[in-house]
Amino acid sequence: MAIQRILIANRGEIALRVIRTCRALGIETVLAASKADLDSMPARLADRTVCIGPARPADSYLRVDTIVQAALGVKADAIHPGYGFLSERAVLARLCEEESVIFIGPTAAQIEAVGDKLRARAEAETAGVPTAPGGAVETVREAMVLGREVGTPLLIKAVAGGGGRGMKRVDRLEDLPSAMELAGAEAGSAFGDARVYLERFVERGRHVEVQILGDGNGRVVQLGERDCSVQRRFQKLIEETPAPNLSADLRARMHAAAVLFAGRLSYRSAGTVEFLLDLERDAFYFLEMNARIQVEHPVTEAVTGIDLVAEQIAIAEGRGLRLKQSDVRKDGCAIECRINAEDPARDFHPGPGTVRAAVWPSGDGVRVDTHIASGSRIPPYYDSLMAKIIVHAADRPAALERMRHALAATRIEGVATNRAFHLEVLADPEFQKGGVDTGFLPRFLERKRVDQEVRAHG
Amino acid sequence: MTLTAKDVAEIMRLLEQSGFDSLSLEIDGVKLNLQRGSPAPVPPTAAATPAAESHPQPVGSSPPKSKPPSEPGLAEVISPLLGIFYRAPKPGEPPFVEVGSKVAEDTVIGIIEVMKLMNSVRAGARGEVVEILAENGALVEFDEVLLRLRPGA
Repeated sequence: MAIQRILIANRGEIALRVIRTCRALGIETVLAASKADLDSMPARLADRTVCIGPARPADSYLRVDTIVQAALGVKADAIHPGYGFLSERAVLARLCEEESVIFIGPTAAQIEAVGDKLRARAEAETAGVPTAPGGAVETVREAMVLGREVGTPLLIKAVAGGGGRGMKRVDRLEDLPSAMELAGAEAGSAFGDARVYLERFVERGRHVEVQILGDGNGRVVQLGERDCSVQRRFQKLIEETPAPNLSADLRARMHAAAVLFAGRLSYRSAGTVEFLLDLERDAFYFLEMNARIQVEHPVTEAVTGIDLVAEQIAIAEGRGLRLKQSDVRKDGCAIECRINAEDPARDFHPGPGTVRAAVWPSGDGVRVDTHIASGSRIPPYYDSLMAKIIVHAADRPAALERMRHALAATRIEGVATNRAFHLEVLADPEFQKGGVDTGFLPRFLERKRVDQEVRAHG
Repeated sequence: MTLTAKDVAEIMRLLEQSGFDSLSLEIDGVKLNLQRGSPAPVPPTAAATPAAESHPQPVGSSPPKSKPPSEPGLAEVISPLLGIFYRAPKPGEPPFVEVGSKVAEDTVIGIIEVMKLMNSVRAGARGEVVEILAENGALVEFDEVLLRLRPGA
């Protein structure tokens, strides 16, 4: 059925991003906003805004019943969950299924299948997708046997974790029993699920993920990969496509693996299969699947020319995949820098407040996804993402050059941001060479700290 | 002592950083009511406004709009959650309250349904119902004015 009205159960730039596509498609939007977001840019641009609760996410954006009631109350045909908040909560997808509201995303069963990281791992193995050596362990004895077989360093991961949460590194086998117990207890209190599993810890790895679209009936296309290795504490900072310095063979195998995995689940909607690329072994392993639209989706849109939100909506309407694999063309290179309201000089401490002035770059090959303008407030209750600056050019050097200009043209007053920090990273020779591992940013920060100390004492 | 504009700005800053949503302060007859998340704090005197002025207010939609009160001094009963508002316990039964009804703090004035879960809404103040704004069976938003009371015994 054709969707006529969508309830957007999110805030910030992604709410605005969904509104933009809905407008282009002639679909009405109703924004479900907390009290703190009633004067936000998405609230102004949505056709209607309903106040769902107080500022605290637990009282508003995370209330499944309230969101579905709001959709029913405003007679929305569908809910777009964005990313974060309820986007990967099977309970929302299931309640939508029960209430005949279209959930713009995968089925509840698919969210559950990938949310349980051990189950996702088993699905990957069944699909013939490589996983890091390791597996489920229920007792310390089992862990010791498996740990000896895999070898150290090891990673203990929470079954209900993901996105870097609930992991513990173990360097010596004799530390495994105590680390296991601690990890189990922590996972129990953090996720309400104490189960953990073991995997080989990859010392030097790159985070490469593949964007897919699935029709829900087993047809899957891939829209290429994104390299998200520039991370700090598992928070991605810069993403790009194509992944630099990757052999054509490895790239093709990763694309194929993502399609296999999503096909195995008969995945519906847009999703991302994350891989860890082991630089020492030149191998890649399945990490997890993200069952939602991702923050960094615009780099894929830039090189393919495909509007991922529009495809999500078309699939949700039951129109299936509108493109064949041979229709997907990738042109040039795209890079995204996440501009956050956080202070690099104060260990990236988030700094909410009022943006006195905001000037964003524009021009050929420059896209800015943001909900921030002069006078916008950044409430302290939510994440610090202010904007995503995306550039697109014929090749990586040209894209880097374009990004430098875009960042230089950006002006934000009133709150501390990481804008200038991005310029420093862009100027780094290792980053410029391309293909950095996930240890790059921590090393970069450490070098910077040492330099500053030397200068202070020199 | 009197409150200066700088004091107010400092108090607002502290509130921003605190875990509280609102703050009421009375010093030397100057009342200050601050609320986090509301579009514009309403300081009682002109002298106490600069803090708000220095922050350009974003234009646009404010909390759920409702028609202005028919007389000054009315107390508002606001919706504690988003849901479907019902004026009566069951369809066909008389409403909990009508215009002219006298209510006490714990008088139930309506029900808000959230996915089949019924939540009673209480008056929260003593008085007489003057206006009923929320429609029976309609969606009400969080913080929307459901009805207005003339405070009193």
